[in-house]
Amino acid sequence: MKIRTFLYTLWQGIRNMFKNGWYTLASVATIGACLFLLGMFYSIVSNAQHILYTVEEGVSVTVFFNEDVTDAQIDAFGQELLQRPEVRDVVFHSDEEIWATFGPSYFGPDYQEGFPENPLKGEHNYEVFLRAVSLQDQLVGWLQTKPEVRLVRYSEVTASTLSGFNLMLVYVSGAIILILLAVSIFLISNTVRVGISVRSEEIGIMKYIGATDFFVRAPFVLEGIMIGLIGAVIPLALIYYLYDYVLNMLTTRFEMLSSMLSFLTVAEIFNVLVPLSVGMAVGMGFLGSFITVRKYLKV
Amino acid sequence: MTNKEKRKAARDQFIEENGIIFLDNVSMNYPEKGNPAVKNVTLRIDKGEFVFIVGDSGSGKSTLIKLLLREILPTSGDVFVMGQNTRKLRHSQIPKFRRNLGVVFQDFRLLKDRNVYENVAFAQRIIEVPSREMRRNVPSILSMVGLAGKYKANVRKLSGGEQQRVALARALVNKPSVLLADEPTGNLDPNNSWDIMDLLAEINEQGTTVIVVTHSPTIVNSMKKRVVAMKLGEIISDEQEGEYINED
Repeated sequence: MKIRTFLYTLWQGIRNMFKNGWYTLASVATIGACLFLLGMFYSIVSNAQHILYTVEEGVSVTVFFNEDVTDAQIDAFGQELLQRPEVRDVVFHSDEEIWATFGPSYFGPDYQEGFPENPLKGEHNYEVFLRAVSLQDQLVGWLQTKPEVRLVRYSEVTASTLSGFNLMLVYVSGAIILILLAVSIFLISNTVRVGISVRSEEIGIMKYIGATDFFVRAPFVLEGIMIGLIGAVIPLALIYYLYDYVLNMLTTRFEMLSSMLSFLTVAEIFNVLVPLSVGMAVGMGFLGSFITVRKYLKV
Repeated sequence: MTNKEKRKAARDQFIEENGIIFLDNVSMNYPEKGNPAVKNVTLRIDKGEFVFIVGDSGSGKSTLIKLLLREILPTSGDVFVMGQNTRKLRHSQIPKFRRNLGVVFQDFRLLKDRNVYENVAFAQRIIEVPSREMRRNVPSILSMVGLAGKYKANVRKLSGGEQQRVALARALVNKPSVLLADEPTGNLDPNNSWDIMDLLAEINEQGTTVIVVTHSPTIVNSMKKRVVAMKLGEIISDEQEGEYINED
């Protein structure tokens, strides 16, 4: 295609957008509304998952050793733990360190009086942090088979509750996002279809004169892409300011809440939301117009 | 000789032997209709001829135009236009094929959101004529159809006769070998109808083959051209300087 033909096509696409002002407005509004809903829901779900993940990060399994296990064996066991797929991190607590931490809080600053020896001797342990709380059972099962291990301390209720909640969130949010996507795709393609069908006569005339499919289709496809792009940018800008505002409000007005929970930043949300929204809107604009025009090209 | 030149030579030879339009025992059945729209039609039209195709409603005239434009394919037989068998044209070859075939319709079929100049220039844009050349060709053809002063006018604001002139200019700007006019005066008053017919005759005199589908006896009978009459999908007469009596 020659440059002047491309420029003509581009100009026609832009011109069509303004010429069919109401159709453009309806398409942009439909795409915008769908993507706004999708973006809002995605922001909420991502934060819920992030909070859950933060809580999960704090869940650990504590491993105690038999008295006859040597320091070298404990070190080797620590290395073996780190190789496990369920394990994210391992922190060793020596019995002296534990006594130095808990002694003062239970017995005051003179906690060593009356205890010629460390009463927690032999209580050194590994605090094992999991990659996902759902992997706890698997790790505990393995730990309990190890001869060096005397005791494994863990909370089955916390793990199962968090794991169940996480799973529920994944399924529910996944289902809602899929429904929203399907509704968006339907609405957007329908708007594009209606907009083009009213111009089917124009397409027919072009074909009778001898225009190629590409020449007829290009302005419509460019128009679809531009409408998609505008339809994506508006809700993204809205969500950007709204998210920022809500985040500021939560952290300033409800300080206690913000100290307990951590929220994702706008940048973290937009890392996914921008390509998702733009890709979807532009893709729908492109595919919707491409497929719809094809129907009228059979002249 | 390159393959392209060989193909052109073969087409030219075919036109020489069989005419620029050749329908070889063509029938067309629409699945939804009982009777065939066109039945065993054999027709030859030579280069530079002016032919009226006449007939009552349902005689098969419009189907004939659709067959020539390769909008539809015949159920049986072959349609040759400018030496090309329309059955053998691939979908991607149809646009190029139609560029040599000017077409004018009863309802003008103009791009209503564009002005006179743009409607005519559109036909040049699709074949990627350089802008400088386009700026020469479009005014020249508009002047030929008598619309030189109205190139900026919105086509919606033109009279029926003027709109048909724009359609004619658009059909002619790429200098087609054949001009198909489907009821070109159907929506026009007598004065405008005669103006359009005069233009068609002038175009024919310049060498373009003109095929006019009509059911206006007044025009046909006063033009003294070849008349092909159709009835119920069949050709019932084909006469030089023929006459037409409308039975509608």
